[in-house]
Amino acid sequence: MSAPAIHCQSLVKRYGEKLAVAGIELTVDVGECFGLLGPNGAGKTTTVEMLEGLTEPDSGSVELFGVRWSNGRKRELQERIGVQLQDTHLADRLTVEEVLRLFRSFYRQGPSVAELMRELDLEAERKQYYQKLSGGQKQRVALGTALAGDPELLFLDEPTTGLDPRARQALWGSVRSFQQRGRSVLITTHYMEEAAVLCDRIAIMDQGQIIALGTPRSLVDGLGLVQFVEFETKQALDEAAVSALSAVETIARKGEGYRLRIDRSLSSLSAVLGELERQRVTPIGLSTHQATLDDVFLHLTGRVLKGAESEASAGAAP
Amino acid sequence: MSRTDAPNPLEELVKARVREFLREPGYVFWVFGFPLLMAIGLGLAFRSKVPEPPRIVVTARVADETARALTSSPRLNVERQSRNDAERSLARTKVDLVVDQPDPHGPLVFELDTAQEKALLARAVTDDVLERAAGRRDSIAIDEQHVVKAGSRYVDFLLPGLIGMNLMGSSMWGIGYNLVQARKRKLLRRYAVTPMRRSHFLLSYFFSRSLFLVLELAVLIGFGRLVFHSHVQGSILALLVAAGLGASAFAAIGFLIGARLSSTEAAGGWMNFVQLPMWLLSGSFFSYERFPHWLKLPIRLLPLTAANDALRCIYNEAGALSSIPFELAVLSVWTLAGFVIAVRAFRWQ
Repeated sequence: MSAPAIHCQSLVKRYGEKLAVAGIELTVDVGECFGLLGPNGAGKTTTVEMLEGLTEPDSGSVELFGVRWSNGRKRELQERIGVQLQDTHLADRLTVEEVLRLFRSFYRQGPSVAELMRELDLEAERKQYYQKLSGGQKQRVALGTALAGDPELLFLDEPTTGLDPRARQALWGSVRSFQQRGRSVLITTHYMEEAAVLCDRIAIMDQGQIIALGTPRSLVDGLGLVQFVEFETKQALDEAAVSALSAVETIARKGEGYRLRIDRSLSSLSAVLGELERQRVTPIGLSTHQATLDDVFLHLTGRVLKGAESEASAGAAP
Repeated sequence: MSRTDAPNPLEELVKARVREFLREPGYVFWVFGFPLLMAIGLGLAFRSKVPEPPRIVVTARVADETARALTSSPRLNVERQSRNDAERSLARTKVDLVVDQPDPHGPLVFELDTAQEKALLARAVTDDVLERAAGRRDSIAIDEQHVVKAGSRYVDFLLPGLIGMNLMGSSMWGIGYNLVQARKRKLLRRYAVTPMRRSHFLLSYFFSRSLFLVLELAVLIGFGRLVFHSHVQGSILALLVAAGLGASAFAAIGFLIGARLSSTEAAGGWMNFVQLPMWLLSGSFFSYERFPHWLKLPIRLLPLTAANDALRCIYNEAGALSSIPFELAVLSVWTLAGFVIAVRAFRWQ
């Protein structure tokens, strides 16, 4: 059996007093799309940079395709990986074609620049300066530079942060088609939705550690058979009476309203609604949904993921 | 979809350097436009002028015939004034000499301040003009030869100084600032995860700077030739070698500034900190000979001074490389020391 695309053991990185990465174990198989999830500052980027050979770990080992990062074999590994760093700003006044050609020149083999532009739908922008591109186009160019060496393993660090939904969808398409050719991907994100769509397996990171690992499905199912009920109301609610219901696991205030975690059955839902009616409380904007990865994170850490909160405004970011 | 007809990395890196530079209007102005403006401005302000003829006043009492003889000479600037006005003009040194004739049949009287050089000249010329009008003949034949010593005008002094300053500025911006900006934008990190050879990266700066060096020299020398008729007295090859060594020294300092900083503001500050003393001391615009004696050796150890002196020696005095060993040594030491430290200190992130 061939060596895994990524294998790391007891990876530790300290920045001064702060323990950025606290002993991470990770294996990503060839052909797998693996997601590292977590809030900002969880240690995702530091972890990825150690895997990319950009940052030296304080202790622990990293192997890509069974090869350790060492001075003698650095270039050999660099030929086999493609990297998109978090918010890299390429040269302002080079055109799309020139940037891709420059990066293509670093690799012994890979697609032609024309092929890259076709694949990433950048043909119309080929003569445009990088600085004139939209956020989505810039990210596609960045992805193009990562794909320039026809890599076996692709690292993507927060590739869709700040992109509008359409640009995000387009990027997902490119990543998927890359993976369909049997290549491996390691992606970091704080969008749970992105991880659920793209990744075969996910590790949730918090404070430098992996706190959960599995397929998106298994992580959600790990929460048990639950659903969430959310509503707002202008009237006073007797919270104690609601949480006394056997169907209700937890009740929490959320903004102007409430968020209930209840048993995943229709009768539980009608019990909650019955209680609201008994208290003569009119729910506004009542919604129910199945558990998501955001709920998994909330359940594991007791905190709401930052990315999930700002998701609605992400499209407006520059 | 794998292909092996890959573009050449060194060629692509050099092209990227050159394009980045040429497409940044600010760079182009500071490297090419600004020195030319300086040359025009200073060259015009300090151009050597043909001396004005002496100014004299002939009072109303002087006989018309005498006055006519003086007025018609192109060697004098003559005005006729009343006796009183003439006195006043002389007192205010508006004129160099007053010609008076108190008695209509008596002798002419020259009034002048003999402490004034121009007054002495005015007297000699006025005297000569009058004597010639009265029929003086030269008893000795004298031929005049008019010479301007090549490379002795201010603009000849200025042009090599501008070349030196240009070498410094363009290396600072083209290397120091460029590196810091690339680091700030995490572009250096991005390069560091590719199999790009570090030597290619370094060489791309060497080649792009060399190319611009030739361009910058051509523009300034060509401009001096066309506009000021200023010529390189020594060999162009020697000038190129000296300029190349100067550029290397500044490149090394540029690398030093760009080795670690990741804030462009800090880079700008450091660049000014490094350049300002040299702008003032290194004699780009005016000779540093007027500084006190004890300051001269430190000044001569500055790279810009060494570059300026080396360029001037070749440009104006037709010197060879063998006549500027001190300057070449200073530049070599800066180059070597700068690169060694910069390479050790360099950070990709």
